[in-house]
Amino acid sequence: MSFQHILYSVDSGVALLSLNRPKSLNSFNEAMHLEVREAFKQIKSDKQVRVLVLTGEGRGFCAGQDLSDRNVDPTADAPDLGISIEKFYNPLIKAIQALPMPVICAVNGVAAGAGANLPLACDLIIAARSAKFIQAFCKIGLIPDSGGTWFLPRLVGMAKAKEMALLGEPVSADAALEMGLVNRVVDDELLRQEALTLAQHLATQPTKGLAYIKRALNQTFDHGLEEQLLLERDLQRLAGQTQDYREGVAAFMAKRTPEFKGE
Amino acid sequence: MSNSLYSMLDVHSPANGVQQIQLHRPEALNALTTAMLGELALALDEAEANESVKVVVLTGSARVFAAGADVKEMAERDMVGILKDPRQQSWQSISRFPKPLIAAINGYCLGGGCELAMHADILIAGTDAKFGQPEINLGIMPGAGGTQRLVRAVGKSLAMQMVLTGQPINALQAKEAGLISEITQPELTLTRAMEVASQIAKKSPLALRLAKESILKGMETDLSTGLRFERHAFTVLAGTKDREEGIAAFLEKRPAKFTGQ
Repeated sequence: MSFQHILYSVDSGVALLSLNRPKSLNSFNEAMHLEVREAFKQIKSDKQVRVLVLTGEGRGFCAGQDLSDRNVDPTADAPDLGISIEKFYNPLIKAIQALPMPVICAVNGVAAGAGANLPLACDLIIAARSAKFIQAFCKIGLIPDSGGTWFLPRLVGMAKAKEMALLGEPVSADAALEMGLVNRVVDDELLRQEALTLAQHLATQPTKGLAYIKRALNQTFDHGLEEQLLLERDLQRLAGQTQDYREGVAAFMAKRTPEFKGE
Repeated sequence: MSNSLYSMLDVHSPANGVQQIQLHRPEALNALTTAMLGELALALDEAEANESVKVVVLTGSARVFAAGADVKEMAERDMVGILKDPRQQSWQSISRFPKPLIAAINGYCLGGGCELAMHADILIAGTDAKFGQPEINLGIMPGAGGTQRLVRAVGKSLAMQMVLTGQPINALQAKEAGLISEITQPELTLTRAMEVASQIAKKSPLALRLAKESILKGMETDLSTGLRFERHAFTVLAGTKDREEGIAAFLEKRPAKFTGQ
């Protein structure tokens, strides 16, 4: 399948998925959703891929839902917005969280609506200095979807989460860094390279182990300590069975650099 | 070690009293054909007769436990055909299996697959498991206990919703509703089931058999009949060597060595 609304490439273990509808600030229409879904299918079946970088083409990262793709005629019957959430946004958020490898989001510009929450589902976020995070939903009578109401309070605390969600004011990349919403901020022209450098490093790491770390951390908010300890036991059991663990220990003992295969 | 008697099952010789039976029809998502059910019934009959088997763990693949009955096969049967359905006999064999049966479930566990899983005494499932009775979508309904065992496991409202909409539930919902006893990480489902099975395999086979029967009896009768059955079974165990051994070992603070006598 060739893509029209996204760019997808794989190089040295790093998959780069770039939203590519720059004229519409990379907002999601159905066709783009379907292509992203197809790309995820490829990532999952491609044994070479050990890291995913998610970014956008042009000046914006993603403006969320393409409103021209929705029934917004105020005189018509009320649309059921739950359908596209059920069909596309929720599965995408779950797919990012379930992907057994680190996902880096390189937020290259405006991230609004679902586009502001998509990065929050990723494991690491690097933002361009000009990027802005806008929980724009409240401005048109909606609520933050795509996990927004779940991720925000967990990342920045309830006070800031409510402020962002109720006021919908743009949050600059520096402010986002300050409040712990993103991991790093870099100059715009350096963003892509910075994300790829980080991805290339991660692509040499024990991918399975990283996937287990991600799984443990993603489940932590659903668990009490007791359950989380059990989960840690189980995931450590699995991690101990990986080739990379053996290699890691062997390399440590021999004082050499480990060569992880991701297996 | 696999037993080559079976073409759609991998049957492993018992290790520590635990026999593993794996449904193996990867090309058809382990859809339960009549032949496969027949093989399973036969394998359980053999496991029943084999004294070195104390417990059986039934499992599928990483992606699917069993995705249902074989629809093509079903389509070929008319009313008379279904009345004479040979599957019925296999189901009865499976439900009569007297030793503890544990199902280790990953992925899809639908229709006949869900009904099969519910024949197990203990269900352990991976976080990715999906349980459902989608028969209604085909204009039919569950025909091997799906309307009976499910309602006893999860209660009326959820059972009705599952059977009438055909929509599956996930592992978490299944755990909350009481359909399964434990959720594990998918890669560890079988390991955990084997672990529980080996614990059980160390107990007295006679006590296991009567305890299982007592619980199942209780599910299909009124409380006072169930209590009476339990008391009789309890009394029967009083005549076994294993009971002497079990109590003696407890008092002497040593592990018991049960012989099944």
